[in-house]
Amino acid sequence: MQLTNRSKQVSNKEMTFSERMYLPAIAGGLRVTFSHMFKKSATVQYPEQVREHSAVFRGQHVLKRDAEGRENCTACGLCAVACPAEAITIEAAERQKGEEHLYREEKYAAVYDINMLRCIFCGLCEEACPKDAIYLTDRIVTSNYERADFIFHKEDLVEAVALEGRIDITKRKKDK
Amino acid sequence: MILLSILLFKTGLAFTLFLITLGIAAYSTYFERKVAAFMQDRVGPNRAGPLGLLQPIADGVKMIFKEEHRPTGSNRILFILGPSIAMLTALMTTAVVPWGKTITIGGTAYSLQVADINVGILYVFGVVSLGVYGILIGGWSSNNKYSLLGAVRASSQMISYELAMGLSIIPIILGSSSLQLSDIVVSQYEVWNIFKYPLGFLIFLICAFAETNRTPFDLPECETELVGGYHTEYTSMKLGFFLFSEYVNMFASSAVISTLFFGGYHFPGMSLLPEGIAAILGIAVLFGKIIFFIFFFMWIRWTIPRFRYDQLMRLGWQVLMPMAILLIVIYGAIFSFI
Repeated sequence: MQLTNRSKQVSNKEMTFSERMYLPAIAGGLRVTFSHMFKKSATVQYPEQVREHSAVFRGQHVLKRDAEGRENCTACGLCAVACPAEAITIEAAERQKGEEHLYREEKYAAVYDINMLRCIFCGLCEEACPKDAIYLTDRIVTSNYERADFIFHKEDLVEAVALEGRIDITKRKKDK
Repeated sequence: MILLSILLFKTGLAFTLFLITLGIAAYSTYFERKVAAFMQDRVGPNRAGPLGLLQPIADGVKMIFKEEHRPTGSNRILFILGPSIAMLTALMTTAVVPWGKTITIGGTAYSLQVADINVGILYVFGVVSLGVYGILIGGWSSNNKYSLLGAVRASSQMISYELAMGLSIIPIILGSSSLQLSDIVVSQYEVWNIFKYPLGFLIFLICAFAETNRTPFDLPECETELVGGYHTEYTSMKLGFFLFSEYVNMFASSAVISTLFFGGYHFPGMSLLPEGIAAILGIAVLFGKIIFFIFFFMWIRWTIPRFRYDQLMRLGWQVLMPMAILLIVIYGAIFSFI
């Protein structure tokens, strides 16, 4: 049975004199490598040039705020439960008087850690979240020298209050 | 007075040559990486300085600051002697190469050659064959099986190819009836030796690759089988010397190839120019030829894979040697009957 039309008949014939000399083959090889010297290089000069990510790229997480700058997260823990890699650690706290401008609801996350070495960037936390609080973005988690530096704390994850510091997640939202 | 000025000139020439050799060898490492990159559609080193031109300096500094390490059970003196001999012999080769026409200043003739000895070619071969001691001693004293295997390979390979190399230039010596490199260059004033001895050139070129341990004959290093070959146990600047001596050797053998087969400092139309300009252009032309051959060494390296060991030995003993002997007979007949 023939599976593809790419199969080749293999022969074990003696090499001819010119083949045994290798020199014509070497000359052919030299031609190929020389022609490649003038081809455009495929390199992306990474820190200066960044390749465009796919629209469904899942990178570093962001904890969203609402339009008034209050944190969406209520520390319900659904993301931590959904997480297959058990990368998320949450400790809840009760909102005190006078903190209404900081947290949207009566409960908030006092501790919100994501271990980026455990995280598999599957996006299940994002799907589990009922409060639109956590999203994966197109930012890349950068390398670090210490293991501890890969545990991202709340201050690394929550986006800025100022509107220009907000992180755009419209692409991910459309997906949902 | 004349003696003193010649002595000063020779010292200056030797010193300049030393610097040029080291400079070219250093930039060969950069050039090698660039050539490799271009042939593989990459960019190559481009971070240190403009176009990555400071890369050799960065590499050198890195080498110096690496930890100096000597394996237990290694022979202390020989372990240091190995890279020293490799470097020394590599630097000695170019002493007999004529770099340009003899320049006459104030009635005194200054030949652009550090030592115009009458057995120039034999000196080159002598020094090149001494080079194997550096590798052999370095590999043996490391007390490591991979180093030893690399060293054994290196010595048998270099001894095998030295024979064919030496035989391949005998027709040239017959033709110019001199062993002096300056005479051989002068004899190519009209026709370069490459047109007279094309097969001899081919044998010499192949042997030059084997002698400098370059791909396709880099079995002494052979990363895929022997870790690093003879320099597996070497670190820091001692490793640097081994790697560097390979590039110096490449420069030296390119110079010897240019001198023996490509007319040295001669170029077409040299007789039309005034003597002074022709002499200076000749030096530039010689360096152009050398740089082309250094490029050719790299070009080959990034084109063809490594030979198997038995193929290497068969090529050396059963193909190149008989061919070289046959050439001696043919050219000998031609020169004696015509």
